Amino acid sequence: MSQTLTSAPASGGLPTPVSTGPVRLHINGETQTLQLAPWTSLLDALREYAHLTGTKKGCDHGQCGACTVLVNGRRINSCLTLAVMHDDDDITTIEGLGTPENLSPLQQAFVDHDAFQCGYCTPGQICSAQGLLNEGRAHSEAEIKELMSGNLCRCGAYVGILDAVKEVVDKQ
Amino acid sequence: MYPFSYSRATDVADAVRDKAGHDGSAYIGGGTNLIDLMKMNVEQPPHLVNVAKLPLSKIEDLPDGGLRLGATATNSDTAWNEQVKARYPLLNQAILAGASPQLRNAATNGGNLMQRTRCYYFYDLATPCNKREPGSGCSAIGGFNRVCGILGTSEACIATHPSDMCVALAALAPTVRVSGPNGERTIAFEDFHRLPGEQPEFDNTLVEGELITSLDLPEKGFAKHFAYLKLRDRHSYAFALVSVAVGLEMDGDTITDARLALGGVAHKPWRDLSAEQLLKGQPATAETFGRVAAHVVANAVGRGSNDFKIELARRAIVRALKQAAEGQQQAGDVYLGGQ
Ligand SMILES: Cc1cc2nc3c(=O)[nH]c(=O)nc-3n(C[C@H](O)[C@H](O)[C@H](O)COP(=O)(O)OP(=O)(O)OC[C@H]3O[C@@H](n4cnc5c(N)ncnc54)[C@H](O)[C@@H]3O)c2cc1C
Ligand code: SF4
Ligand code: FES
Ligand code: FES
Repeated sequence: MSQTLTSAPASGGLPTPVSTGPVRLHINGETQTLQLAPWTSLLDALREYAHLTGTKKGCDHGQCGACTVLVNGRRINSCLTLAVMHDDDDITTIEGLGTPENLSPLQQAFVDHDAFQCGYCTPGQICSAQGLLNEGRAHSEAEIKELMSGNLCRCGAYVGILDAVKEVVDKQ
Repeated sequence: MYPFSYSRATDVADAVRDKAGHDGSAYIGGGTNLIDLMKMNVEQPPHLVNVAKLPLSKIEDLPDGGLRLGATATNSDTAWNEQVKARYPLLNQAILAGASPQLRNAATNGGNLMQRTRCYYFYDLATPCNKREPGSGCSAIGGFNRVCGILGTSEACIATHPSDMCVALAALAPTVRVSGPNGERTIAFEDFHRLPGEQPEFDNTLVEGELITSLDLPEKGFAKHFAYLKLRDRHSYAFALVSVAVGLEMDGDTITDARLALGGVAHKPWRDLSAEQLLKGQPATAETFGRVAAHVVANAVGRGSNDFKIELARRAIVRALKQAAEGQQQAGDVYLGGQ
């Protein structure tokens, strides 16, 4: 049977306000049960309910990649998916990749290669690059460019981003 | 977003039953198109049935030598599947030419077939659009129609189907398996999407409540001579203005079998059977390719800002046929925009 997170439609034609329900997310290794309405995007759940604001909202329409997180190790845009669709999934955000004292290899490479200006796209770039490393399919610069094309940078820091990702890919 | 209810289906029967029990509800796969449309209020289903975790994600051999692509397999898993790479490289290339890695990781095969047009006015609630609101008129005719179609259009709608994957599928001709309130049936891919005619609100021939369960590819994969050529405003992460899928079988320099389909030009992936006939038995020469390309666009109609697509399509067909005949695109490569 389906697990339905709603009450029956009200008489009189107006839909009953839909209740929130518990959604269990394993975020950066920690299990959190959040009370969420079905229309809460994974991005809003992370930022507004789990208070992890590293993940950024750029376009909210799948067009920029700023909201990229890893779900069960794979990169997706958290703005175009609902939190309820990820009950029991493992979510990794930029906060889960490293800490200021202990940067991940990609985070360190972004610093070393000056791979940002304003930094707004950076968490998405790094999570996407981590997804790319997990996939293991990009080796050449051309392949990295193509497989990082889902992340836009309005500051145009692409040269540094490419260098940073290439350095970590080469060490893999 | 607006309030709606949600449930996660446990099996196909449960999904079909749940959807039938909620008027106006929708299935949701990866959500990459539907959630976008819901945020824009273009679609407002009061209830969503999540089908993404149904046990339909396998890619498996069929007894007839074909390959079954599960409806909930992601676009990424499908593109990078070893069987797909080896036997249907045209499909691998077309999927990888579309969207971004993040989107392909979420998008499902069923959702890809069902994705809606990218006509600007379809998204713009302030303007008339017959597809969004039947009978309201078509703003693209006489408006900004750069992304719109040139073949098989009607006075009611000139929108295009935006998928890349579906252009390769049109050439490979799988069967779409569906399950609905009245049981199971299969639909030839050619008959799945439709032309707009008087009823552009219908993108395809699915009956209310039907769920796509798989795409069954026939054995023939055109793995030696194929090309997917996609032309767009930027090199990656952009929809096609025009795309061409070609599959050829060759005996020396002679074409013995051919498939040819176009994207970005029509309300459905545009397979041209008569052009395929014209290719069969012919030498793979520039003369043959030019003749066939001219034939494909002979009845094309531009609407102003999309006039350029007619010449673009003609040239793209010639180039894709040449690439396929020469075996220039290699199986499994990352698609790098024709480099
Ligand atoms: C920024 C951006 C760029 C893009 N660029 C490209 C591109 O270049 N080329 C390209 O081809 N695509 C592109 N896409 C589109 C993308 O490929 C589609 O959004 C995706 O394939 C839809 O799959 P989904 O599983 O996410 O569908 P959903 O959003 O979940 O659903 C889409 C529709 O399909 C229905 N549906 C889902 N599963 C089933 C099923 N099993 N049976 C019946 N109905 C079902 C839903 O009810 C809904 O109506 C792009 C998308 C975005 C956001
Ligand atoms: S072309 Fe079709 S989708 Fe676009 S405005 Fe006209 S009716 Fe709407
Ligand atoms: S915020 Fe998700 S892709 Fe832009
Ligand atoms: S660093 Fe400013 S958007 Fe990329």
